[in-house]
Amino acid sequence: MMEKMIIGRYVPADSILHRMDPRSKLIIVFLFVCVIFLANNIWTYGILVLYTFLMASFSKIPARFLIGGLKPVLWLVLFTFFLHLFLTKEGAVILDFGWFKVYEEGLRQGIFISLRFFLLILITSLLTLTTTPIEITDGLERLLGPLKKVKFPVHELALMMSIALRFIPTLMQETDKIIKAQTARGVEYSSGPIKERLKAVVPLLIPLFISSFKRAEELAVAMEARGYKGGEGRTKYRQLSWAVADTLMIVGLLFVSILLLVFRG
Amino acid sequence: MDISLKNVEYRYSADTPFERLAIKDVSIDIPSGSYLAIIGHTGSGKSTVLQHLNALLKPTKGAVVIGSREIKAGRKEKKLKGIREKVGIVFQFPEHQLFEETVEKDICFGPMNFGVSETEAKRRARDAIKQVGLSESILEKSPFDLSGGQMRRVAIAGVLAMEPECIVLDEPTAGLDPRGRKEIMDLFYTLHKERGLATVLVTHSMEDAARYADEIVIMHKGTVLKKGKPLEIFSNPEELLAHGLDVPEVLRFQMKVEKAFNTKFNKTCLTEDELTDVMADFLTGRLPR
Repeated sequence: MMEKMIIGRYVPADSILHRMDPRSKLIIVFLFVCVIFLANNIWTYGILVLYTFLMASFSKIPARFLIGGLKPVLWLVLFTFFLHLFLTKEGAVILDFGWFKVYEEGLRQGIFISLRFFLLILITSLLTLTTTPIEITDGLERLLGPLKKVKFPVHELALMMSIALRFIPTLMQETDKIIKAQTARGVEYSSGPIKERLKAVVPLLIPLFISSFKRAEELAVAMEARGYKGGEGRTKYRQLSWAVADTLMIVGLLFVSILLLVFRG
Repeated sequence: MDISLKNVEYRYSADTPFERLAIKDVSIDIPSGSYLAIIGHTGSGKSTVLQHLNALLKPTKGAVVIGSREIKAGRKEKKLKGIREKVGIVFQFPEHQLFEETVEKDICFGPMNFGVSETEAKRRARDAIKQVGLSESILEKSPFDLSGGQMRRVAIAGVLAMEPECIVLDEPTAGLDPRGRKEIMDLFYTLHKERGLATVLVTHSMEDAARYADEIVIMHKGTVLKKGKPLEIFSNPEELLAHGLDVPEVLRFQMKVEKAFNTKFNKTCLTEDELTDVMADFLTGRLPR
């Protein structure tokens, strides 16, 4: 039932994006999230759309799958669009229904903000689609490394993140399993009135909570049994390697940022 | 109520990069009141077949007929509840589905979802708890205070209380001790014999399949490798062994004895008693009195 969701999922392939160092990908996503706010007219948004689509094509992930997987968030994007369309009251009136007017600025804002939203989701999805959760946490741990000097628990944070990410698929499977078991006992999850469906959440969540706590305890015991005692003196099996391509990709985005600065109105 | 699968194919995550063909061209008939065992390795597609039996999964090709309903590939199906009332599934580790405050409420959950009144559901709960070999006093307890074996029985009682016409068991004894294993298997066999409850058993255990089932289906890499009566299936053990599948221990012992004495018994034995008789005959004929 959740098999079409792509958020947080990794798709193995051999592409430039897959081969990149997770650190550079994280930097690019972070930078992108910042520079996207520079865009404020058709040219600058055009540049961003072009850039995002270029990245998507680099990833070698089938477009049909990418679009299909983003469908669930499309509702959110649409919601943003209409919110701006209805609530902004600036500029010339383009549509007049008497009781309700659509303003030029509202349409503009609606399109731009929802586009911005869409691009952000797409770029961050590309990160998780092309990078394994372990790579992401490794990269993050390294990037945040300097913070250790001020006693920030970088290793613990990275560990928590990797454990959380590691158990997303397990939790999804578990959810699927329990949904099926309860469906077989007469619960309806995909049809019926909203009230009934909300009630159906209880027989799903309680078993999930119970098994999650059980699993957490087992994991803690297993880690202790294998002598885990924090990040002190721990070496890495997977070494990150920064290549020329990584530098080039970052330079590419910097170039785009300069273009945005030049063309923004 | 008969169930039959007609050339069923199922693909997981169809139309995504994760697409995976689980079963193809599977045809199985389950007449009402029969006992069928589905055997196969992990990943042979037996769990996928099982989920078609009450329309939890809909075939991507072919059709599944459950009583008077036909579930066809590529068609939207509505109102599947009726099917689920008639076909109860006991999933692997069914104790994971318990959630209510008391055992009684949990057992009543299934029947009440299908519109059974509370008093009737409670009556069924008392019935079911006795059937699975627990005392009525357990009904008031929280399911989470029970032992693993007791939880398993409570979960099974929850499915029995739905009073299905067909019960599907996915390795119901996984993780139980040998005694609990035999008790659970005997319980289902008694229900099958006494009430004519159609039973589908999905298992790794050739012993259980040979001992209880009228008919065995062997799954291999998503297809039906063989189907037939236990005797037909096991009369040619070499073929099973060639596919990396096991044969019942009794039969393995018989094969060893045959080899050691360089002979061939005229019967394939599936129980200890049968083999004892055959060997007694053979040995008395051979040994000087």
